[in-house]
Amino acid sequence: MEKMIEVKNLELSFHTFAGEVKAIQGVNFEVFKGETLAIVGESGSGKSVTTKSIMRLLPKSSTEYRNGEILFDGKDLLKLSEKDMQKVRGKDISMIFQDPMTSLNPTMTIGKQIMEPLFKHQKLGKAEAWKKSVELLGLVGMPQPEMRMKQYPHQFSGGQRQRIVIAVALACNPKILIADEPTTALDVTIQAQILELMKDLQKKIDTSIIFITHDLGVVANVADRVAVMYGGRIVEVGTVDEIFYNPQHPYTWGLLSSMPSLDATEEKLYAIPGTPPDLLDPPKGDAFALRSEYAMKIDMEQVPPLFKVSETHYAATWLLHPEAPQVDPPAAVIERMKRFPGSRYYEGNAGGVR
Amino acid sequence: MAKYITKRVVYMFLSLFLIASFTFVLMKLLPGSPLASAEKLSIEQREVVYEKYGLNDPIPVQYVRYMGNLAKGDFGVSFQYKSADVKDLIIKKLKFSALLGSQALIFGTLIGIVLGMIAALKQNTVWDYGSTIIAIIGISVPSFVFAVLLQYVFAVWLQWLPVGLWEGWKSSILPSIALAMGPVAIAARFIRTEMIEVLSSDYILLAKAKGASMFEIAFKHAFRNALIPLITILGPVAAGLLTGSLVVEQIFAVPGIGEQFVKSISSNDFAVIMGTTIFFSIFLIVIILIVDILYGIIDPRIRLSGGSK
Amino acid sequence: MTNNMEKLPKGSFERITIDSSHAEKISKPSLSFWQDAWLRIRKNKAAIVSMFILIFIVFMAFAGPLMVEHDPENVKVTHANLPPKVPGLEKLGIFDGVGKLGSKTVNLYELKKIDEYYWFGTDSLGRDLFSRIWKGTQISLLIAFLAAVIDVVIGVIYGGISGYYGGRTDDIMQRIVEILIGIPTLVIVILMIMIMEAGILSIIIAITITGWIGMSRIVRGQVLKYKNMEFVLAAKTLGASDARIISKHLLPNLMAIIIINMMFTIPTAIFFEAFLSFIGLGLQAPQASLGTLINDGYKFIAYQPYMLLFPSLVLSLLMIAFNLIGDGLRDALDPKMKD
Repeated sequence: MEKMIEVKNLELSFHTFAGEVKAIQGVNFEVFKGETLAIVGESGSGKSVTTKSIMRLLPKSSTEYRNGEILFDGKDLLKLSEKDMQKVRGKDISMIFQDPMTSLNPTMTIGKQIMEPLFKHQKLGKAEAWKKSVELLGLVGMPQPEMRMKQYPHQFSGGQRQRIVIAVALACNPKILIADEPTTALDVTIQAQILELMKDLQKKIDTSIIFITHDLGVVANVADRVAVMYGGRIVEVGTVDEIFYNPQHPYTWGLLSSMPSLDATEEKLYAIPGTPPDLLDPPKGDAFALRSEYAMKIDMEQVPPLFKVSETHYAATWLLHPEAPQVDPPAAVIERMKRFPGSRYYEGNAGGVR
Repeated sequence: MAKYITKRVVYMFLSLFLIASFTFVLMKLLPGSPLASAEKLSIEQREVVYEKYGLNDPIPVQYVRYMGNLAKGDFGVSFQYKSADVKDLIIKKLKFSALLGSQALIFGTLIGIVLGMIAALKQNTVWDYGSTIIAIIGISVPSFVFAVLLQYVFAVWLQWLPVGLWEGWKSSILPSIALAMGPVAIAARFIRTEMIEVLSSDYILLAKAKGASMFEIAFKHAFRNALIPLITILGPVAAGLLTGSLVVEQIFAVPGIGEQFVKSISSNDFAVIMGTTIFFSIFLIVIILIVDILYGIIDPRIRLSGGSK
Repeated sequence: MTNNMEKLPKGSFERITIDSSHAEKISKPSLSFWQDAWLRIRKNKAAIVSMFILIFIVFMAFAGPLMVEHDPENVKVTHANLPPKVPGLEKLGIFDGVGKLGSKTVNLYELKKIDEYYWFGTDSLGRDLFSRIWKGTQISLLIAFLAAVIDVVIGVIYGGISGYYGGRTDDIMQRIVEILIGIPTLVIVILMIMIMEAGILSIIIAITITGWIGMSRIVRGQVLKYKNMEFVLAAKTLGASDARIISKHLLPNLMAIIIINMMFTIPTAIFFEAFLSFIGLGLQAPQASLGTLINDGYKFIAYQPYMLLFPSLVLSLLMIAFNLIGDGLRDALDPKMKD
């Protein structure tokens, strides 16, 4: 498959008045053509920062890119000039933000806001841009697009505004669409509509999507592959089936166990103990060890590398080291693993382990 | 919106009624005679004058007559300016004050906007600090101190401009500058805060994500949104200009309303004090009303939802 | 597992148990609201410098008149209109007692055979300006401080009652405010001054007569906001009395905003006092305030510019310092609050 974008060894810090926040500490991933990669993690895990650094939208004064590169179209985005970057934003890579209530300019008609990237990147004339914008509004399922063009954001509901933001993002047929928690601020029924719309549009215009969320239900619905982030690192990456039915990292176990499910045997919902690490002073070794019941001595000393589980599946936990003791994941996770051919708990396979 | 405006207009008249009554009571409590040359007049002559102006009637009768006249737009007659009509006097003096005030307001606000924009776009640079210093000085230092300093520098020291005489537009430059310091400072601070807030909003991030350049973001997206709330400072700015005009006009010998007001205070000219007080009050109240209505009209968020208040 | 690496030390893979509460250990010391605010204001250089300037001016306002042997109200016509002369500095060519007499520039001290030093010079009646300025600063500060305190007290009580009791009480009280707010402060202040005996008291009354309105509206808004918050409702459910809720739950939350507003009320009061004095409605001689001194200096602008310079400088510094401290406090105590 063709790689659309590749993030290599990204390391990034924010300089705040409290000190240096090591927000991203070596992130690697790639996005293939036409796929949806979901990045999941708690708040503060670095998922939003990662995507904003792809767009170079982080405040220049306080952000320091310490290491790594972001390869897109043969160029390193981190090395582009601001002017060249402006040509990438909105044209090749575009972005949808979390809160549709605040991401549209309140004093500009939505028509103007949709036409802006068309003028900027495709150099369309006024009439053409207008026509294209009406088409886009129709495409995102806005009724009476012609009339709606002249209205202001406050005249639309939250779901409608997110449709408009999507229309803006898709205006120039971007190669990559970054969606930063696009459904978090919406009602559940509207969420489903927006997700359907995005899946539908992805087929129509053949774009790759990076989908950031903390909602595993949404991940299962939209993603082809999943990257789990914790404490500024990717701790596990794999196809959606591998992550959901054969997870390897204790943090992924925790996430999956804390997801309510209809066939859950336990009455109490699991919660991961403790709080995310303080990135002002990141812990030595595995950042999750302090909250993990599977912690080992080495977790306190060395950061685990990404161990290969399969061609598409990697996890950064010392548990995968050959010398590590074998541990049993939480019951809810074992239940899931029983359904995955290739996992050691797969029930169709009597021999079981490896 | 219509209901809101009606309510506001009713309050406006209540305030004015209160001010007029209050002014009347205060004037009656004032020690001293309203007649400048009262001592020179014989008792009989004084009686004639008092009779003529109705000063011998019981206070309530004078009050009702005064309020009645006010309602008809009659501000009374000056006791000192050879029975000049107060309304005519105010109108005659108004053009000088209006010239100063509008020059100070327009140029002051424009300069303030430019300073505020520079400060916000070049945040935490020398430009920012420079314009912040200008703003804090403009807010802190009273306009009469500026006026006095300007007069010293340009009239006494450099001797570029004449003082103490009104010689047409040229004479309006210095007082306008002195008055403009307030609007410059208020607008600069306001625009800086607004711009910084707008620039950190989500829709600016989206505009950046669309590939808009810094220039487009600053002027197409942020500027308009930062400018709209600027209308709200018009009330305090107008009040500041009015206060400043009292002393600035006096310092530069501008024959305006402010100078007239101060003069009438020292000469106990009841009718002029009352008339000017009420004129000032109407001016400020109407400005505040206009600002509130204008804000509702200009901001589309308020415009179409039918008034949020 | 292909990516094998260098040999790890023995025992690396021993299981350990971690108390998860350990992960939640808070490494930073806990700071009270005021300590936190102090940390933030300390970073604000302008506010800190202003604080020193303010302390200096306040100190001089009380100590200044005692530093020279001249009495601020002592008239000595033979010593009239002397320019500033400071020992030490006179050798540098500044503050050397040289001034204008008619159109000539001469050393007036030598001319009049005066051995004494007047640091800031003298006025037309031969009064020492150095001690007069600090005495005047003292009076200006006194007026401003008292006016601000009265504004705050009335404003907090009025706004507090209106907001806390709500309903009809609030309705009536707010209607009154809405009418009063339309009245231009300046006009009322001038009218009040005219009917009262000129003096410190009448200036304070005149400034406070409408000054409390702004404070009362802010306090009312805050009380309305807080009184429906869960912690107040919780206290109510537990049977706390109104007095307890106001003093223990509401007031501490209002302190920040009250202090910030007071910092902006003081310079406004200083301004009004100086303004009234300048248009001749302020203190009467021999009492002096910064406003009257500026007014005196203005009359001699052509010949004794120093008479104007020093009081203007002190007034301006005072206003700037108060405004910068107010700004700093606002940023430190309530970063979200705007004008």
